[in-house]
Amino acid sequence: MKPKLSIRDLNMVFEAEGGPLTVIDGLNLDVATNEFVAIVGTSGCGKSTLLSIVGGLTEPTSGTLLLDDRPIIGPGRDRGFVFQNYSLFEWMTVERNIDFALEKSRMGRAERRELVSEYIQTVGLAGFEKALPKQLSGGMRQRVAIARALVYRPSVLLMDEPFGALDAQTRGMMQELLLKVWDEHKSTVLFVTHDVDEALFLADRVVVLSSRPGRIKNDLNVDIPRPRPYEVITESHFAELKRGVLHDIREETLKMMAIEGAS
Amino acid sequence: MRLRAPISRRLYVGASIAFPLVLLIAWWWVTTAGYVRPLFLPSPQSVVAEGWRQIEEGILWRDASVSIYRIVAGWSAATVLALPIGILMGNYRLVEGALEPLVSTIRYMPVVALIPLSILWAGIGDAQKILILFIGTFFQQVLMIMNNTKAVDMTLIRAGQTLGFSNGEILRRIVLPASMPGIWDTFRITIGWTWTYLVVAELVAAQDGLGRRIMDAQRYFATDTIIFGTIFIGLLGFATDYLFKVGGRKMFGWAETTR
Ligand SMILES: Nc1ncnc2c1ncn2[C@@H]1O[C@H](COP(=O)(O)OP(=O)(O)OP(=O)(O)O)[C@@H](O)[C@H]1O
Ligand SMILES: [Mg+2]
Repeated sequence: MKPKLSIRDLNMVFEAEGGPLTVIDGLNLDVATNEFVAIVGTSGCGKSTLLSIVGGLTEPTSGTLLLDDRPIIGPGRDRGFVFQNYSLFEWMTVERNIDFALEKSRMGRAERRELVSEYIQTVGLAGFEKALPKQLSGGMRQRVAIARALVYRPSVLLMDEPFGALDAQTRGMMQELLLKVWDEHKSTVLFVTHDVDEALFLADRVVVLSSRPGRIKNDLNVDIPRPRPYEVITESHFAELKRGVLHDIREETLKMMAIEGAS
Repeated sequence: MRLRAPISRRLYVGASIAFPLVLLIAWWWVTTAGYVRPLFLPSPQSVVAEGWRQIEEGILWRDASVSIYRIVAGWSAATVLALPIGILMGNYRLVEGALEPLVSTIRYMPVVALIPLSILWAGIGDAQKILILFIGTFFQQVLMIMNNTKAVDMTLIRAGQTLGFSNGEILRRIVLPASMPGIWDTFRITIGWTWTYLVVAELVAAQDGLGRRIMDAQRYFATDTIIFGTIFIGLLGFATDYLFKVGGRKMFGWAETTR
């Protein structure tokens, strides 16, 4: 089967102060349609850079990226982005924030209003339509960001540590919510996280990046059946998978520390 | 008192009235008791009397209206240009590179020194006054607006890009509103500076204006006129500041954190 997203020989070199910095070096990755892929790796290994390249926000130094067989040349409405620090438009109400995402679509006013209210329901924010972002908690803000990224129905959802700033309880609830939403509106997801539990709980596949320069260190199939109750993270098979991923990350972290210690 | 601990509104307002009042009483006392000669420091009564005279003769209103007109015109001209240029400088590195060093240099040039040139360029009418106020305001303002827009989080811009907005739309519909509270503060600060340039602007070839009145009074050592004029400019500046403050609170409530 043809992959939804195909990344071939991706290289990314930044012009940093101390000379060129190779962040991604010959990365290859295929993602199938409606697959949920989590990307983990040491801090600074290039996860955000990779996501940003797929989102078309950063131009790679070299490599081929194909989305539905077409090369990625810039941002597009076939991809939705959720950032770690709630990138909401603070001067707009919850409703307007989500509706803003539909402005570039060719929808009528009524259709837009209906979609916005549908997605407000989906992320559980009914009753907060007219609230301003500053009145919302971190978890609620991130739900707005998710609704805004989903409402125009992109076929790929890019999430860069979306729950990284939330407390543990809220994060757990948001993970369940995300799985519920993903179940209703299937899409291909690239999900960057530091949290191995989160990666294994959510994803079909966990991709471990190596320390700089980023390549694929391990590509792990998460063979835990869905729907996954939240207790699944206490099961022995889960622990087994987790052990492997933690081991990979630790190895790479030690390498990274050696690089940074030497420079 | 603990650091930054809040106090009641009444105490705050009370302090802001009481302290100037103490100064006023001290001023009244040293002048009325004869410790200083009126030439050096006139009494508050004579300053008030001078103010009353100017009101009765209609001088004050005429001076104030010309000066306010010049302030509004000079500041508005500066702002109308500084806003788009500042936004471009803050968001296109090339524009910043082309303009930033130049503007940073010009803003340190003494405005007084430019008076002869400003007369050559703009004559001796209102245009010259407005030009001086413009120069005194614009170069500071454009850099501050640049920094205001730079403070907008890059992820907001990226969000706009992923939603399919063009650069122009992102600048107008995301960067501008997001930085507007900061820009409003810049407006508030810079119009204060425009007020402080008023005397400089009216230094040469002015028939009327609050600054002109003060300059004239210096020639005759009319210290009560000088002090009245200075305080009056201060009060007008304070009123402007207050209007901006209240306006800002009304318009940018979304930016004030309640947490
Ligand atoms: N625009 C840029 N210019 C220069 N260097 C950059 C740029 N963007 C990122 N880098 C560098 O590239 C490396 C990878 O950055 P990236 O943000 O992709 O890492 P990450 O894996 O997302 O890290 P984290 O887990 O901390 O978010 C870092 O060393 C970073 O300093
Ligand atoms: Mg990152």
